[in-house]
Amino acid sequence: MRSRIPFRPRDPASHPPMIHPDYRSTVLRGPTRPLVPVPQTLGDLTVPVYGHEAIGELDHDLTRNAARNGEPIGERIVVAGRVLDEEGRPVRRTLVEIWQANAAGRYVHRRDQHHAPLDPNFHGAGRCLTDEEGWYRFVTVRPGPYPWRNHANAWRPSHIHFSLFGPAFVTRLVTQMYFPGDPLLAHDPIFQAVPAAARERLVARFDLELTRPEFATGYRFDIVLRGPAETPVEAGR
Amino acid sequence: MTRLRQTPSQTVGPYFAYALTPEAYGYAAIAGNRPVTAETPGRHLVIEGRVLDGAGDPVEDALVEIWQADARGRYADAPGGGSADFVGFARCGTDAEGRFRFETVKPGRVPGPDGRLMAPHIHVCLTARGLLNHLFTRIYFEDEAEANAADPILSLVPESRRGTLIARRAHRHGALVYRFDIHLQGERETVFFEV
Repeated sequence: MRSRIPFRPRDPASHPPMIHPDYRSTVLRGPTRPLVPVPQTLGDLTVPVYGHEAIGELDHDLTRNAARNGEPIGERIVVAGRVLDEEGRPVRRTLVEIWQANAAGRYVHRRDQHHAPLDPNFHGAGRCLTDEEGWYRFVTVRPGPYPWRNHANAWRPSHIHFSLFGPAFVTRLVTQMYFPGDPLLAHDPIFQAVPAAARERLVARFDLELTRPEFATGYRFDIVLRGPAETPVEAGR
Repeated sequence: MTRLRQTPSQTVGPYFAYALTPEAYGYAAIAGNRPVTAETPGRHLVIEGRVLDGAGDPVEDALVEIWQADARGRYADAPGGGSADFVGFARCGTDAEGRFRFETVKPGRVPGPDGRLMAPHIHVCLTARGLLNHLFTRIYFEDEAEANAADPILSLVPESRRGTLIARRAHRHGALVYRFDIHLQGERETVFFEV
């Protein structure tokens, strides 16, 4: 059995509100009543476990996992980081799923009507498990910005979607990673919905250590999930 | 030592299907909408419902995830735990009408915070375009009135709102079906938990 230690609450200073009118879709979708506080019970403290058998050999490499007759067009990048809890401890063997637009800003999704080209060699989805130190690593191409209809001349900054479980059902996190220096960040109501002091945590940083010579530039994006409510005691007590 | 600060949540956006529920795109999914197989012990049932917004319109791009114990009240969470016949976790993206559907078994009772058994329930995590934070709720079963009345979590919910957490039973073509609609807003706004 895994840890049954309760987790710290979601930090309201870190997360966006339910309704942020500048992001129009929240107006009719964000709940209006206060969340009902309840204690964490067994189902909250457990989580589905995926092993290596669930992950294909190329699942982490978006430049190869959908290649048909060549490589995807675009600026090849490595995106890597550590998944940690609030105590700074690695979250091991947890599933990280990502998805993104292609270099032209077009999603494979059937409802995406943006008239930018699809890339026959790029699907835009990947997954991997973190290692013993909490590291995940993907190879992909830098996604392009794309227009949306939230407001006049609205463009989403380049971003990669992330989905994680962490050690328990309550540590689930769905988020987006952005790129440093993107001028669209200042105009994006989804990014701006996050409290100002927390926004920079969603921006990856260029990392020469992760950059692979003659191959790809590297971006570092660490992710912090809810940590234990009590100081953890090592196994074997 | 100072604690690290949590990474902020962002919306799942409208275009997650080709990554998180990718069968329709020809890719293998981590989880489908059946956390069980035909051989899984327990009472087999269907849970279906719709996700609706504050105008009563269908939410056509929500991701509904469920996590539950097996019929004996055990979670399949340990590495090598569970079994080929019981995963306990499932995902379903809503369709143009906001509909989702799961085929599963009725979960057994699980001890609650004070050690007493809780009523059978299924944990739900909901994300969608327009949800900047995922939402947690629970599905309880209409035909467990006695257990529901004593459930330590339900008892924390104002009585007038408990009904939003109760799946309604129906029989259809011999199958046991429970109906569970999720209202993001409005008079019947579903109870979502701070957990």
